[in-house]
This record gives sequence, structure tokens and C-alpha cells, in this order.
Amino acid sequence: MKILVCISHVPDTTSKINFTEGDSKFDSNGVQFVINPNDEFGLTRAMWFKEKQNATIDVVSVGGPETEPTLRKALAIGADAAIRVNASTPDGYSVATHLTEVARRGNYDLIIAGRESIDYNGGMVPGMLAAMLDANFVTNCISLEIEGTTATAIREIDGGKETLSTVLPLVIGGQKGLVEESDLRIPNMRGIMMARKKPLTVVEPESNNSATNSVSFEKPEPRGAVKLVEADNIDELINLLHNEAKVI
Amino acid sequence: MSVLVYIESDQGNFKKAALEAASYGKAVADAMGTTLTALTFKANDVSKLGDYGVDKVLNIDSVNDFNAKIYADALKKAAEKESATVVILSASADSKYIAPILAVGLNAGYVPNVVATPSNLNPFTVKRTAFTNKAFCNTEISTPIKIVGVSNNSFGLVEKNAAAQIEAFTPDLTTSSTSVTSIDKANDKVTIADAEVVVSAGRGLKGPENWAMIEELADILGAATACSKPVSDLGWRPHSEHVGQTGKPVATNLYIAIGISGAIQHLAGINASKVKVVINTDPDAPFFKAADYGIVGDAFEVVPKLIEKLKVFKAQNA
Repeated sequence: MKILVCISHVPDTTSKINFTEGDSKFDSNGVQFVINPNDEFGLTRAMWFKEKQNATIDVVSVGGPETEPTLRKALAIGADAAIRVNASTPDGYSVATHLTEVARRGNYDLIIAGRESIDYNGGMVPGMLAAMLDANFVTNCISLEIEGTTATAIREIDGGKETLSTVLPLVIGGQKGLVEESDLRIPNMRGIMMARKKPLTVVEPESNNSATNSVSFEKPEPRGAVKLVEADNIDELINLLHNEAKVI
Repeated sequence: MSVLVYIESDQGNFKKAALEAASYGKAVADAMGTTLTALTFKANDVSKLGDYGVDKVLNIDSVNDFNAKIYADALKKAAEKESATVVILSASADSKYIAPILAVGLNAGYVPNVVATPSNLNPFTVKRTAFTNKAFCNTEISTPIKIVGVSNNSFGLVEKNAAAQIEAFTPDLTTSSTSVTSIDKANDKVTIADAEVVVSAGRGLKGPENWAMIEELADILGAATACSKPVSDLGWRPHSEHVGQTGKPVATNLYIAIGISGAIQHLAGINASKVKVVINTDPDAPFFKAADYGIVGDAFEVVPKLIEKLKVFKAQNA
């Protein structure tokens, strides 16, 4: 089984978010970048398929040279080869277009992307990729088993979950549950050394399509100070929620 | 030219998020000087959609279970039939599953998590959340057809007193090799996605055996229950309740956080909620800086009192 894991290079979850150039660009100054957490759950599940079912894993990222340390980390975790599409992308549609180019060339059985990236939260790349490839697709995926060319996936739905039966080729939008937090792997020294020798191929994009454009950013209004209520004055809290905030 | 909205129903009943999407769609249609068409699947009482601004309803009765590919195809065909230039969906799990497939089908730009009606129709510009609610992003859609995913509780329900024209819709739909084999869903519980109030608890509760009071409080408020990341990682509560940057975002009218200190990832996840209440023993917990109302106190003393007082309040205000 050939697996492609799509990796987004995103600000660490603890990052303070700032903008530059008249609030038109994300300010990456001083920000630490990581593998998108949803993608890391997918990569870890792919490692399970590698170890138990002899799968091979390519990882791919769309972006500039600054994304390479993130791809090297994925190689250190255990992926076999990395591909970087050398493109700066204005939106999810263009990312999906470039990933489609890579996916067509590699003829993958299974493509795992994160349900959404934690920067733009678009949640659109895996679905668009599946539609462009005319592959089967399951998002919000919290469990994935593969037997031959048949896959059983569990998807989180509003208020519960549903089990789906589908066939390869398949695109997954993964999230926590695909593996547990405690299953995530920290690259060891041997992995890091081996990653240096694994191939990281840079490819140029074949097209330049986009559908949307981020024009400007704003930060939420700073909020007023908290109103403290004494622990023995619950009536006051209920009064505030009813008469002031009008939410109960 | 028209606006099309996907109206999601659960066992025939409209979801609140879908009615909110209809209200939003009506506002967009009015701004564009056009009409709003809704697409429903096996819904009861479709005439009721007129109350939320829908001018025309296309109802498909011939599909079975939800299937994202087939539903996306139906929306594509409805958009073509109605010459829709804007398609509106909600932020539900199913809507977010369908929208990217539909975007490819219609060669349309898709912007999810939108919190306001377009600030401009040409170029079509909408405001969305980004960086898990740590910021907003004004986004232009440059394609002829635009797809907008409306964030929950951001626009609200706008009731109209009008009648909708109803039409059976029987397009030839694509097939899918993906099928649902089982669904595991509690039908008696409010989901985080639909909730107007969420009661959330963290490690301050000391153990999963102490959640009865959280569930009781949620019950009284008609609220969904949620939890912090450590609580879901410890297995005290299911992952589906985990709120935050790697869990679920919550955009409710009222969010009550009990025994949650307020890590930056958690606060980001709930930032879009309108009113936040924190109950925590530690007055220095970061959550107090993000909340509107706070009580410094022990959850095991405060929550039972809150439950008692709310019962009285609800009885008086029923």
C-alpha cells in the first residue's frame, strides 16, 4: 500500500498571532512552526500501516523552503520520502490543486490529510483533493482500518459517530482518535540521522489556480475586565446572566 | 441569479444551524436583489422554511442515508437549475463534509467559518474566523459562484412571515462507493454543534466520577457538555467533547467553564462564544482574563448551589 500524508506547516498552538504589512500578512516573526496536529495524528496512523501492513509513506507539503524542517521531522518520525511543492498558495483550493498533481504522479492507495489546519481552519483541502482525484473521501475521521482494498472508517458527526465502509483509493481528513495523543512519536536521534539521508524532492507547481484571497486580518476586540461574583452570592450571577447578558 | 441554501435536517426536522443559514441566505439575497432557494432532503414540513426567508424549496425525497458525494452532487444540480451565484451552508459536520466537494463541482471559491454578511458584493468579501478564533480574516471570493459556510450562532435566526413555494426535485444523482454501516448517536442529548449553552469542565473536577453535577447543570440549562484537552486525553470524557484548537471550536451564546484554567489553545477554541463564565479556585487562572463573569471558588461547593438556584429561577421563569 502506498500512502501519501499531507503535511501543513503551521504556527505552534501556543503562538500569539500577529499581523504585518498593514494587517495583510501573518507575522511569522518569532513564531515556532510545527506539523499541523491533525496531520500528525494521520502520519502516526500511517506509521502503524507501515509497521503492520508494509505500507510505504511519502509526505508532501506545499510551501517555500521554510517548510523543509517540518518535512524532515516527518521523515524522522518514519516517513520514507518527502516532496515539497515549491509554491506560495493564497488558499485551500490552490493547495488542493498542487496536492492533486503530486497524488496523480504517485498513484497512491491512501492519502491522509488533517481534517483542518490550525492556522486557517479551512477544512477544505482533503475534500477538494478527493473531488479532484475522484477518490472516496471520509473526513473528521477518528478510526481507520484497511483490509486489502476495503476500508472501514469512523467519522465524528454532530452528537455522535458513524461507521463507513469504502474502498481505495481513499482520501482521509484525520483528527485525534485516528491515534491517541499518547501514540504520537517524538523523533529519536537515530530517526533524525536517518531523515537526513532520506530523499526530499522539490517539485515546481504545474498550475496557478486560486479561488479566494485573504485581504486583511483583524484581531478580536479586547474584552472588558471580568466581573467577579462572590461564591456565596449565586443569585447575583443568575441576575447578571439573565438581566445584563440576557443569555438565560 | 439566486442564492441557494442547504437545509440540513435530522430525522426530518430542520437543524437550528440550517435555519440560521437560511436567515443569512435571505440577507444576502436581499442585498443582491434576488431570491432564496432552499434544498432539503426528506424533510418534514418544508413550508415552515418561509418563516426564515426561503422563497422556494426544492425537496428531494429519493435519497437514503446522508452521503457527502451524493448530497454535494444534488446541491450542484440545484445550483445549476436555479442559476445560483451564492451557495450557503452551515458549520455542521455534514456541511463541512459536503462543501469542499461542491466547491470542486461548481469551480467555486469556498469560505467557511463566516461570521457576518458580505461587507462587499463586488468583489464578494466576507469575514471569517482564522487561527482558531484568535483572529478574523476578510476574504474575497473571485470565482463566479461563491460558497459560504456560516459559523454557528453568528447571524442568529431572523423570522419572516412569508410562504415558500415548494417543488419536488428529482435530479439524476451520482453514485458513491462509500456507505454508512452504522450510526452511534445519542438522540436525547444537545450537541456542541447545536447548543446555545455549553457547560464545560476540566481537571479541577478531579475525576470522571464527578461529572454528574456537570450533566445536571447542563440539563437544567438545555446545554451541551464539553471538556478541556487534559480531561479527554485522560479518558475521563470522550474526545468528541474536547474543546480547543485541536478539538472542537465552540461558538455559543453562553459558555460556562468549571475547573478549567484556560490554556491558550482552549481559550482560542471558545473565543467566538458570546458570554463566558468561569468558576475556578485559582484567582490567577488565565481563564479569568478571558471571561465576562467569574466566581473564585470550589466547583464542588459552587456548582451544587448554582444547580439549586437555577432550578428555582427556571421554575419562576418557565
